[in-house]
Amino acid sequence: MGIEHYLILSAIMFSVGLYGALAKRNAVAILMCIEIMLNAVNIAMVAFSRYLVPDTVVLTGHVFAIFIMTVAAAEAAVGLAIIIAIYRSRQSVDVEQVDMMKW
Amino acid sequence: MVIAAVGVVLLRDIFRAALLLVLCFFTVAGIYITLNADFLAAVQVLVYIGAIGILLMFAIMLTRNIREGNPFNRLNMPALVLALLVLATITGVVIATDWATVSGVPDVVTSELDQPTTSHIAKALFDKDGGFVLPFEIASVLLLAALIGAVVLVRRKENE
Repeated sequence: MGIEHYLILSAIMFSVGLYGALAKRNAVAILMCIEIMLNAVNIAMVAFSRYLVPDTVVLTGHVFAIFIMTVAAAEAAVGLAIIIAIYRSRQSVDVEQVDMMKW
Repeated sequence: MVIAAVGVVLLRDIFRAALLLVLCFFTVAGIYITLNADFLAAVQVLVYIGAIGILLMFAIMLTRNIREGNPFNRLNMPALVLALLVLATITGVVIATDWATVSGVPDVVTSELDQPTTSHIAKALFDKDGGFVLPFEIASVLLLAALIGAVVLVRRKENE
């Protein structure tokens, strides 16, 4: 198990999340795909932290992953709040029907 | 794990997709353990599975529309092509790069790297010079703002 395996795994997960985030119509599903992408980036961060600095313990990658998790939690909370507010006003979570900011 | 992630994207029932997402988060925690990131694995289980997973379940149950399910939009094919392009690019770069600095890394973990990482993370976060104290404070303010923002967004108006 070298760093390449982890990075390619991370790339696959990121691509799956990207595909889902672009191609889904349900806003909750889009949010879930964004979480997959953030997880993929976290895997890459931790893999770099583990493999690129041998012999010493430098955990900057872990610290970055923790900050990403913090932001992901905040983003999920606010995003779901927005989705529920939209659902209340239009009885739908279809992103193609939410076009009031389009001109 | 990849199967779980693909299932999240492809399944038509969004509730099953959310359950597969939780499975995917669990496998990511396992990946962290193989990378000697025990603290991050615990945080992954607590934050992602415990908090975000449950939050997503709540949101799905509050907004679920059985008729619509979880369909694709008309960007399906362009999005697939773009995702495959991104995958090919990243994979190509990873394979083409000569990870020379990695060659010295022992596959068997040395004793120093084998310790629990919690205290090392704390040192990296709060070190006097080169620490992450200011980003830490900003993150806490961000969490507070997100908390208040989420409450304000879903609160029913008093005069309705």
